[in-house]
Amino acid sequence: MYVASALAILVVMGLTLVRAILGPTAFDRLLAVNMFGTKTVLLIAVVGFMTERPDFLDIALVYALVNFLSTLAVLRFFERQISEGTAPTGEG
Amino acid sequence: MEAAVDIVLLSFLCVTVIVIVYIRKLFCAIMLLGIFSLLSASLFITMDAVDVAFTEAAVGTGISSILLLSALSLTHTRERRPSHQPYLALLVVAVTGAVLVYGTMDLPPFGDPDSAIHRHMAVRFIVDSPQEVGPPNVVTSVLASYRGYDTLGEATVIFTAGIALVGLLGFSRRKEFKVRLGGVLPDTTPVAVQVLDASNAPSTDHLVLRIVGKMFIPLIMLFALYVQFHGDYGPGGGFQAGVIFASAIMLYAMIFNVEKAMLVVTPTALRLLAVLGLMLYGGVGVLCMFLGGNFLDYNVLAHEPLHGQHLGIFLIELGVGITVFAIMVTMFYALGNRKGGSA
Amino acid sequence: MMDFCLLDILTALLLTVGCFLGISGGVGLYRLPDFFTRQHATGVTDSVCSFAILFALMLQAGFTLVSVKLCFVLVFLIVTSTTATHALAKTALKKGIRPLLGREDKR
Repeated sequence: MYVASALAILVVMGLTLVRAILGPTAFDRLLAVNMFGTKTVLLIAVVGFMTERPDFLDIALVYALVNFLSTLAVLRFFERQISEGTAPTGEG
Repeated sequence: MEAAVDIVLLSFLCVTVIVIVYIRKLFCAIMLLGIFSLLSASLFITMDAVDVAFTEAAVGTGISSILLLSALSLTHTRERRPSHQPYLALLVVAVTGAVLVYGTMDLPPFGDPDSAIHRHMAVRFIVDSPQEVGPPNVVTSVLASYRGYDTLGEATVIFTAGIALVGLLGFSRRKEFKVRLGGVLPDTTPVAVQVLDASNAPSTDHLVLRIVGKMFIPLIMLFALYVQFHGDYGPGGGFQAGVIFASAIMLYAMIFNVEKAMLVVTPTALRLLAVLGLMLYGGVGVLCMFLGGNFLDYNVLAHEPLHGQHLGIFLIELGVGITVFAIMVTMFYALGNRKGGSA
Repeated sequence: MMDFCLLDILTALLLTVGCFLGISGGVGLYRLPDFFTRQHATGVTDSVCSFAILFALMLQAGFTLVSVKLCFVLVFLIVTSTTATHALAKTALKKGIRPLLGREDKR
């Protein structure tokens, strides 16, 4: 049961990775990384239950935190680009 | 069946790394580096190395991405086309790699309890740690007590890196800041003074982010303290706690402005804290010498060896946590304050 | 292996729902044509998928510290994932990406 859901989450992570590689604009990639982080949190929780070691939940909490943090950092980076007038729209 | 999870994660890792190396848009490479770090941490978890995964998560995805982005804002966002094809280098690397892979065929199987590294010190650590040192988390007891000297070296390396960065970059905006306030030091300025600037004007621009930030930043700090003091019983410890605490400050600096964050956590305070943490660590060692034991021999700190160990580990983890926090925020201030524009 | 306990059946059901939503979110992220449409896929399915899977694990754990931690993770994930979606959309609009308002080809 846990193994099946772990594999399903891995499938989703694969699809997200494809979008992160392809994504024509930077925002697509950012969206993919954010979703990848959320799925990693779920994967850790499920794997923790699969291997009977639920100490991993501290790590899941930290992941959720750093995922949010890095998304915000990238958005601030874009805003600085907008306010300075550099970089064409959606470059990268 | 866990092997299936491992295989899939490793293949994702390979794909990510190949794309990182080939792609020339640096911004995309930074995003993929974040994914790389998440994948590595997942692999560490499947290998049961929980403390390492913790540190990799906190440092690799959060802090590294932020610092790399700050560096990227100073330069071009696209890598220049290489001017020559490095075929000779590729051949040398391929031959070296093949030789190394051939060498790994002589290694004992993964996790084999009879292999050489598992038979001497590892047995002593696992068997004797509850009686000699005390905490249930053997990783903490090895890091803080059996290998306390190494951890002192690590904390010193972090401190030195922070000093080097500040020495190279400095806090370039601070002089501007002082001039705007008429020469008054920011440390003595009451926090209610608003620096009225176009970029700092309070606006309803980020209302949702501000409210969510106000809700979560105290909870993140509380979680950092939990990780710090819970390091004896679960994954955690000084490094991870320092990084998480620094993340809370960085979150504040990103949602509001770096200037406001500098009013809350001033650079002077950070310098003091960095030194204080390291001195706490070294001070514990010297105190042990004064009380009759060796350097960093915690047995002499209290009336009973186990209590002494507990006290010693507590103090040095606190020192490491304080130093790591101060240096991380210092690096963020130094990198985030370049070239005008609010970070 | 027969799942006699109601809790086990409920857990299996929630895990299935969560995984299905996750996969549909992933497929949507891959196939939808535009950034804002992709955000629909991820934003909606992410929150409900995490809720379903983490709630299923909470049912398995019972009234222990593990459940409390799972609850924290759940609340944090839901709030921050929706906030990140909002912030992303806002910055994308400011940066000049326009939503796709109509189809170029008829299929």
